[in-house]
Amino acid sequence: MPDLHGRVALVTGGTRGIGLATVRALAEAGATVVLTGRDEAVAKEVAAASGAIAGLALDVTDAKAVSTLVRAVAKEHGGLDIVVANAGVMEDAVIGMIREELVDTTLSTNVAGTLHTVQAAARAMLRKRSGAIVVLASIVGEYGSAGQTVYAASKAAVANIARSAAKELGRSGIRVNAVAPGVIRTDLTAGVEEGPVVEKTPLGRLGTPEDVAHAIRFLVSDEAAFITGQVLGIDGGLVL
Amino acid sequence: MPDIAPKLREVFVEALDLPGGVDVENLKYRDLEAWDSVGHMALVAAIEDEFDVEFDTDQVIDMSSFKVALDMVTELKNA
Repeated sequence: MPDLHGRVALVTGGTRGIGLATVRALAEAGATVVLTGRDEAVAKEVAAASGAIAGLALDVTDAKAVSTLVRAVAKEHGGLDIVVANAGVMEDAVIGMIREELVDTTLSTNVAGTLHTVQAAARAMLRKRSGAIVVLASIVGEYGSAGQTVYAASKAAVANIARSAAKELGRSGIRVNAVAPGVIRTDLTAGVEEGPVVEKTPLGRLGTPEDVAHAIRFLVSDEAAFITGQVLGIDGGLVL
Repeated sequence: MPDIAPKLREVFVEALDLPGGVDVENLKYRDLEAWDSVGHMALVAAIEDEFDVEFDTDQVIDMSSFKVALDMVTELKNA
């Protein structure tokens, strides 16, 4: 396990699923972790139980709120070394049944929310000219998925936020990568029929939030010091 | 707030790692290699920290010179 002692980390959407597993994984490695969630009471409760030092309310669609929170965390803890832009939504809809509201919600949360987080993180990290950012893309964003056109579009955008930000920020010592989970056993995938997916997956199972969290922990650590702009599939080989 | 200008000058020198002899008070965005888009973000963060102010995105984009930055900080501190 990489050593993250002395690092300050922020995980958005850290109250459940992959976000929560990431909070635990970073804290386990010694990082000082702040998590955010939409509901303040839940965020505080989860923080207390997961090894995070604080749980804060944050709506990532609100650029000003993201900027203020990131600045406050960096100020309180003497900097910000790691940011995991995990907050996101997923709702399925076949092409003929995509409501405008679904488009707005998905793009404002997954795309604009990630962008706001990366922007604020970069600003905080540029002071020390170092830092590592991981954003949450998806296998669906890389390869598409029937019934998930809006979600897939949003996650393709997220992957390209990572690639573009990596190019822009690399010279300043800030690395930006994405993970692209396959089918991971979380609340978001509760409706997925497991059998056919397992059948197609060379590693013969669904992923767990910990599978993704461990990859994120690697990417934000010094063990990944020469890795930036990558979209790392965590899918058990499902795309092969 | 008479001490804003000299303090802001110090922030510019430190954040952009400016060499001695640079006419900071008349500096404009992209006058020097150090004040490129990435340097700009570091500069904005440094000003925010030093003066305990927060710029919105429009202000970040509009901060095109030392003088504009000075006006912005002065306005925010007097608000």
